[in-house]
Formats: sequence, C-alpha cells, structure tokens
Amino acid sequence: MLRYTLKRLFSLILSLAVASVVIFAVIEIAPGDPASFMLGMNAQPETLAALRSELGLDVSKVERYFAWTSGMLTGDFGTSYTYRTPVIDMIRDRLWVSLPLALYALVISTLVAFPAGIYAASRRGQAGDIGIMGATQLGVAVPNFWFAMMLVLIFAINLRWFAAGGFIGWDAGFWKGLHALTLPAIALALPQAAILARVMRSSLLDVLGEDFMRTARAKGLSSRQALWRHGLRNALIPVLTIIGLQFSFLLAGSIIIEQVFYLPGLGRLVFQSISARDLIVVESVVMLLVFSVILVNFLVDLAYAAVDPRLRSRT
Amino acid sequence: MKRNLILGGLLSALFVLAALISFAWTPYDHTALDIPNKLKTPYANHLLGTDHFGRDLLSMIMVGARTSIAVALVAVGIGMGLGVPLGLWAAARSGSLVDEVIMRGNDLVFAFPSLVIAILITAIFGAGAVNAIIAIGIFNIPVFARITRGAALSLWQREFILAARVAGKNAARISVEHILPNVTNLLIVQGTIQFSLGILAEAGLSYVGLGAQPPTPSWGRMLADAQTLVSIAPHMALVPGFAIILTVLGLNLMGDGLRDYLDPRLRVART
Repeated sequence: MLRYTLKRLFSLILSLAVASVVIFAVIEIAPGDPASFMLGMNAQPETLAALRSELGLDVSKVERYFAWTSGMLTGDFGTSYTYRTPVIDMIRDRLWVSLPLALYALVISTLVAFPAGIYAASRRGQAGDIGIMGATQLGVAVPNFWFAMMLVLIFAINLRWFAAGGFIGWDAGFWKGLHALTLPAIALALPQAAILARVMRSSLLDVLGEDFMRTARAKGLSSRQALWRHGLRNALIPVLTIIGLQFSFLLAGSIIIEQVFYLPGLGRLVFQSISARDLIVVESVVMLLVFSVILVNFLVDLAYAAVDPRLRSRT
Repeated sequence: MKRNLILGGLLSALFVLAALISFAWTPYDHTALDIPNKLKTPYANHLLGTDHFGRDLLSMIMVGARTSIAVALVAVGIGMGLGVPLGLWAAARSGSLVDEVIMRGNDLVFAFPSLVIAILITAIFGAGAVNAIIAIGIFNIPVFARITRGAALSLWQREFILAARVAGKNAARISVEHILPNVTNLLIVQGTIQFSLGILAEAGLSYVGLGAQPPTPSWGRMLADAQTLVSIAPHMALVPGFAIILTVLGLNLMGDGLRDYLDPRLRVART
C-alpha cells in the first residue's frame, strides 16, 4: 500500500508540475502588458517601469514561473492587477460559494441517483426500469443552465419559494445560505444524477450476475437481502470512480450555473478577471480548479486501493 | 433496440435538415427587426413566436442549428484526427515510453475541464466560434485516444495481426490496414456521443458569451437573451431549450442504437 501510495503521489506531483507549466505558458502567450493595460495609453515610461517591477513583471519568464509556483505552495497567489488585493483572499471569498455549491450538488446527485439506479436494477426490464432509464436519457440531454432558468421561472418567479438569484452569504446563517444555493445545486446536479443512476444500475446488474450472488441466494437470503448485503458493496467501485470524476464537472459546471443565478463564486471571478485582463487571477483560479481535479482523482485512486487490494498491483 | 436508432436518427436528421434548408430559405430574415411584433408567443405568422426585437424564433433556430452543428462537427473532427492516431500509436508501442507519455498527456487534458480550457483560450485570444471549437476539440482528443488505444490493444493479441506481422508488415501499416478498420464502429458510436456533448458545450459557452459572437446566431446566446425576459416571455427560453434537448436526445439515442446495431457484443461491455 505504501509503495502504491508513493507511486501515485509521484504521478500527482508530476501532473501538477506539468499542468502549472502549461497554464503559465498559455497565459504568457497572451498579448498585452498588464502594467500598460492598468495605466492606460498615456503612462510615463518611469511609472510603467515602477509598476512592472512592483508586479514582478521585470524579471525573466523562468524566474516569474518559479516565483508564481513557489508562492502558491506557500499560499501566496500574487496580487490582483486590478484590485491590488492578494489573489488568495479573492479566491477564498469566492470558494466559500463555489465549493459548497459543488458539494451540495454532489450530495443531491448521489441521493437521487442511488435509489433510482438500485430500483431500476432490481426491476430490470419492467416499467419502473424503463421509466427511470428514459428519464436519465432526458436528464443527460438537458443543458443544466437551461434547466436552471426553468427552475427560476417555476420556483422563484411563480411560486416564490426561492430567490431568483444572488447569494445572501453564510453570515445570514447556515440554513439561509443553503436555501439560497438550493436551486443552483439542483440544476447542477441534474445531468450528473442521470449519469450516476445509469452507472449504478449497470454496475449493479453486472454484480447481480456473479456467482457469489447465486451463493448468497442459495444460502437462503432473499433477493433483496442479497442485493443490500453483497450486491451493493461490490457495485460501488465504478460508482465511486464516476463520483470522483463528477466533482470536477461540478466545480467547472458551477462556473456557468453561477452566471444564471448571479452567484459571487469562482465563475464570476473568472469572467470579471477576463474582461479586466487580470490574468494573474485567471491563472490562479484555473490552476486551483485543475489542482482540485487532480487531487480528487488521486484520493479516489487511494480509496480504491484501500477498499480493493487487487488494484494495488495495477497502476 | 432498433427503435432507438430510428427515433434518434429522425430527430437528428430533423435538425441537420433545418440547418441545411436555412442556407436556402428561412421563414423570415433571422436578423430582421420587427419591433411592433416583439415577444409574440407562437401563432400562425411566427410558428415559434418572436423575441424581444421581433425576430422570428424559427428562423433563428434554423440558422443557429448551423452554428451548433458546425462547431460540434469540427470539434469531433479535431478529436478524431488527433486522438485516433495517438491511440493507435500508443497501442502499437504498448508499455513503451511513447505509450506512457501519450496516456499521461491524456490524463492531464482530462484534468482540465473543457470549460476551463475554453476560458483559458478566450482569456487570451478572445471569444468566438473558432475558439469554442478549439476548446471543445482539445477535450475530445483524449477521449478518442483512450478508446482507440483500448480497443487496439486487444486487437493486437489476435491471430490475424500476428499473421500480418509474419507477412512482414510494420506496426504503422498494421495499425492503418488492420487495426483501424476494426475500431471504426466504436469510433462512429463515440463520435455520435461526442457530437451531442459538443452541441451542449457550444450552447453553454455561447450562453456565457465565450462562443459564437453576434450577429452569428446560436442557441446558447438565444438562451442568454431569454434569461432576463423569462418571466414575461418564457417561450423565448423554451424554444431554444427544446431545440438543444431534442437534438442531443436524438444524437444520444442514435448513438445507443448504432452501438447495438453495429456490435451487439458491446451491449454488455459498456457502461
């Protein structure tokens, strides 16, 4: 297990290093000098030079890369070109919206998908199964931002159960905050729930055909007992993979959903930064998103190896 | 499961046809403003109603179908054009450094959600349909590389490949002449699925303003326009929404149907 962990850790660090080089290089290609953008057309050369050195733009690209990455390792993401505040503070504020939103959506998607998938598998070929599978086809085809608009139309504008947009903040209380994130989380969860339900169903169907399930039945368990005691646990591995992968889709997907609900999350930060050419913020948010995806996948890999020793020999 | 294939094929054909017809004819000029008739719900003169400028929604949907189809199609082309050769190469040199580099590269691209790639690209080169295509296309590369490699690996173990090697063909020639024809079915099915994902992605990107720019009509932008008016003119959101849903649903059903039709054995293997 230790050997496996070290091996995965090495590949994690390598991926992060390559990803940071790619992101840095891509941002470097961007035309335009942030300092002259900030000061406008009529800037004096001396002011420009002073600002460039203040922003750390006057050193070589290699030095800048190492300054950026080593800064990130110590929690210093640099200073926003536009707001002149530390990027880390801006990200931290926004993360308090985006991260809970993604997690909330993950919970909803799991809570919907598990029962739906299990039910469909246990009623294979019957009306319930066909109905659920049809619903998942539809769930995959619906753009989540459109679904979000429909939720706003029904539950915010017509029924007035929720606010149509904006975020009241966690200071107003946990439940109020959660309430404000409910519609966005449902919209975000829909396609993921549909995919997860399909995976749950097919994984469970695979397991139900196994010999040990027949043995369980032969020793006198009812098919329901066998499913809950032996089937489900073995069917969970592919399901966990998908949940791990979905986390990244949820975080990235929240960028679009935040636009629908005017939520002050990472997504809005990115779009504001793009229009203000505040590339250091874009760079850091993108790196953070990629980091979280790579980290989650790493943790999922480790979780498997802990659950299923057979996987440790395969890398 | 022939039903899926037929229903999916019909739905997909409907939108391809709408896009093709729009080159020759649309009910109205999709850019023509007609303020007196703005925000009309569907009626005889405007079968799908009009938007806040009085533009005919049916015409906009037809022309928008072009954008969606073009973006998704080219993105799938990029994914296949680069991904398939990479996958074949990795499989032919299985276990070697090349294989390792290609597969790790794949993992890396997978770690960038496609939306994030799009944001990076637009942050630098500006928004537009071409950049949307590149962003979606890049994300398609690892999908095709992985699926090609997976299928090719098992083919390399087969006797007919051994026979080809004995006959003196090199790995490149075997890949092209024997492996590729045997993975085509798989690629067609995956292509259909990526095509539908491409349409969804394009809609999302144009919705947040990173995709096709005005005056090029696109379904995602129609939805963005509809958003502030959704309480007074819900049809403006419903029409493009249903266009997207029906197209994607059609393509997905067609993909499922094709898979079952082309290779019944895959029915068990897929999830």
